Amino acid sequence: MSQNIRFIQGNEVCVEAALYAGLNFFAGYPITPSTEIAEHLSLRLPQIKGRFIQMEDEIASVCAIIGASLTGHKVMTATSGPGFSLMQEGLGYAIMAEIPCVIINVQRGGPSTGLPTSVSQGDVGQALWGTHGDHAVIAMTASNHQDIFAMTVHAFNMAETYRTPVILLFDEVTGHMRERLVIPEPGEFPLVERLRTSVKEGVDYHPYLPREDGRLPMSDFGGKHRYNVTGLAHDMWGFPSNNPSVVQGLLRHLVDKINNNSHNITRYNEYEMEDARTVLISYGSSARSALHVVKNRRARGERIGLLELQTLWPFPFGLVRQKCADAKYIVVVEMNMGQILQPVRMAVDNPERVYLANRIDGVFITPTDIKNILRIIQGRGM
Amino acid sequence: MGKPKLKEHIINREWCKGCGICVHFCPKNVLELDENDKAVAVIPEECICCRLCELRCPDLAIEVITEPSEVSESSEVSETSEV
Amino acid sequence: MAIKDYIRERFFPHMWCAGCGHGIVLNGLLRAIEQIGISKNDIVMVSGIGCSSRISGYVDFHTLHTLHGRALAFATGVKMSRPELKLIVPMGDGDALAIGGNHFIHAARRNIDMTAIVMNNRIYGMTGGQYSPLSGYGTSATTAPYSNIDHTFDVVNLSVAAGASFVARTTAYHVMQMISVLKQAILHKGFSVVEILTQCPTYFGRKNKLGGAVEMMEYFKNNTTSVGSKAKQENPELIERGVFVRKEIPEYCSEYEKIIQRATIG
Ligand SMILES: Cc1ncc(C[n+]2csc(CCOP(=O)(O)OP(=O)(O)O)c2C)c(N)n1
Ligand code: SF4
Ligand code: SF4
Ligand code: SF4
Repeated sequence: MSQNIRFIQGNEVCVEAALYAGLNFFAGYPITPSTEIAEHLSLRLPQIKGRFIQMEDEIASVCAIIGASLTGHKVMTATSGPGFSLMQEGLGYAIMAEIPCVIINVQRGGPSTGLPTSVSQGDVGQALWGTHGDHAVIAMTASNHQDIFAMTVHAFNMAETYRTPVILLFDEVTGHMRERLVIPEPGEFPLVERLRTSVKEGVDYHPYLPREDGRLPMSDFGGKHRYNVTGLAHDMWGFPSNNPSVVQGLLRHLVDKINNNSHNITRYNEYEMEDARTVLISYGSSARSALHVVKNRRARGERIGLLELQTLWPFPFGLVRQKCADAKYIVVVEMNMGQILQPVRMAVDNPERVYLANRIDGVFITPTDIKNILRIIQGRGM
Repeated sequence: MGKPKLKEHIINREWCKGCGICVHFCPKNVLELDENDKAVAVIPEECICCRLCELRCPDLAIEVITEPSEVSESSEVSETSEV
Repeated sequence: MAIKDYIRERFFPHMWCAGCGHGIVLNGLLRAIEQIGISKNDIVMVSGIGCSSRISGYVDFHTLHTLHGRALAFATGVKMSRPELKLIVPMGDGDALAIGGNHFIHAARRNIDMTAIVMNNRIYGMTGGQYSPLSGYGTSATTAPYSNIDHTFDVVNLSVAAGASFVARTTAYHVMQMISVLKQAILHKGFSVVEILTQCPTYFGRKNKLGGAVEMMEYFKNNTTSVGSKAKQENPELIERGVFVRKEIPEYCSEYEKIIQRATIG
């Protein structure tokens, strides 16, 4: 079998994967370190009769992809911290109106303009609570090119399955590094296509009445059903409603459809976890260094393992609790001040055993950094 | 094209909010607001079927029905009637 | 079809105040669409947030009620992904030109085929009468208790400068002209802007002692004139109405089709 092997940047991997998943429309605004995604898509999308547009800002970008999703297309935008901040109102709209879309945030140092060309994982919390109001989101990440590909495809699948925006939190290191990618064959990953309503023309169609499994069959704008889409609280026809039971039902549905399906959404990797006394929990590019440490120390006989989270939100509480049940040290490795540390502490039975190994200075966290911190933690004993 | 002849004004009393726009701008003073602040046609025989009341109603509450045959909607009205 | 066939009757009477000019815009728009005879399935109405933007709930098209100021950005995504659809984008003056001003000028610049209707009542109606960028110097509003010192835009000049290929203005009084320019705007291939001066008797009228809906419409009647008229030369204070710009220039989605052709040959 002739394998399609490429040696490319992470941002380009994301492009390949999005096209593999069926991306047809992209709107964006340039920002380091995500810009290559827009550049590549401006070239690639018209080749497949898809459409690319550079909007006037990130607010417009997220709005445009929501509009294009409503006509039945798979859509995406890509940005970094400042742009992700501007997208928050639109993100909330997509959550409320249940519009499938994928939002890539190739993270850089913040807050504000921060460190445009440096790495960070500082937007993890924002992905969950950046937009106002009670809601649930799906946010995912990956640490290597093969996984960036797989998770990007998974993101499109989850967006279609649950009719919701899915956020991919990559970072400056994974986005810009070059490594080998074996491009999967067509059909190797299953693709979820949009669930469309079977309700016939002229028959009352309820665009916002969930099926028993929580999914909402859609009708494309321009198609046979004319209905209303709004960011206001709405009834099953999509018309504004402030009836308390309608509102309560809507909010429960929006949160439950995601939180109750955590098992289907959650992806992770584990390395050397069977008998691990020290469990490193990491994600994105920092998981690369964590894995390095695990391999290194295992070779010297230490019982250490890595739980690499790929789905960050909804947070896989059950998974983390179970995997950390026998751990003496649980060390969260991330490039922020502990944004995943918090839910890990909530998840495990012994939160006092959870430590943070981090860097927040725009410099990539190295295996040496982690080892130095481990030495302090383990030296202290329990 | 023959002059349209009035059959009736259909005024939806549920929708009419009594703003008085139709009353004030009717060139023939055909309409009035009744004691419930709803538009009514008091001298329908004066109506020239210009339809301006229908077109200006913010509430889509008034319809001018003409006979015998419906003339092509509103295109009948000359532009000068509103300049 | 009768205009009743274009509305969602179950939501009437609508939520607008008695005499609100937004209702007259709805009325005129429905007639324009009826006269052109576009199928309801081919129309997407995208609106933002405001009293004006509630218009989308009342019409039986594909309707997208979006975020304050962002209607044109959503509409751009709809149009680009399904260029055969007719896009109609009604907005309030605050919606279109304060929070949405950036999207407005860029949609105009791209000349993307859609009709932007600015329902200009010179006030923020929905939030209760604060001044908008169209209120004008010396007006009164709940956030300008000492008189407004903000200067206004001229929506027509702004649209022309931004590159819109069809630009018109009319008022809620001039319903025949409203229907006529809306028809022309909808049929125009490119970005069309129709500014419609409408009355908000509840806030702009009351705050500025302009009387009720009838008096505000009398004002439109007496203080406007046809574009290029002699009356304007004699009294420069008059607001001009009519079609200001109509030009055939490359439309965005058609241009993108050419990009696709170029990309798929290679
Ligand atoms: C981001 C955001 N800011 C502010 C508001 C509050 N808001 C709702 S409508 C509106 C202004 C409405 O005025 P205009 O657009 O002129 O329309 P009108 O109500 O007068 O028709 C404002 C400020 C909002 N909904 N969203
Ligand atoms: S214009 Fe319409 S709402 Fe106003 S009074 Fe006349 S019928 Fe009633
Ligand atoms: S059709 Fe004309 S004349 Fe007749 S009632 Fe209406 S406005 Fe008056
Ligand atoms: S507040 Fe003003 S703009 Fe809003 S519905 Fe009332 S009259 Fe119309």
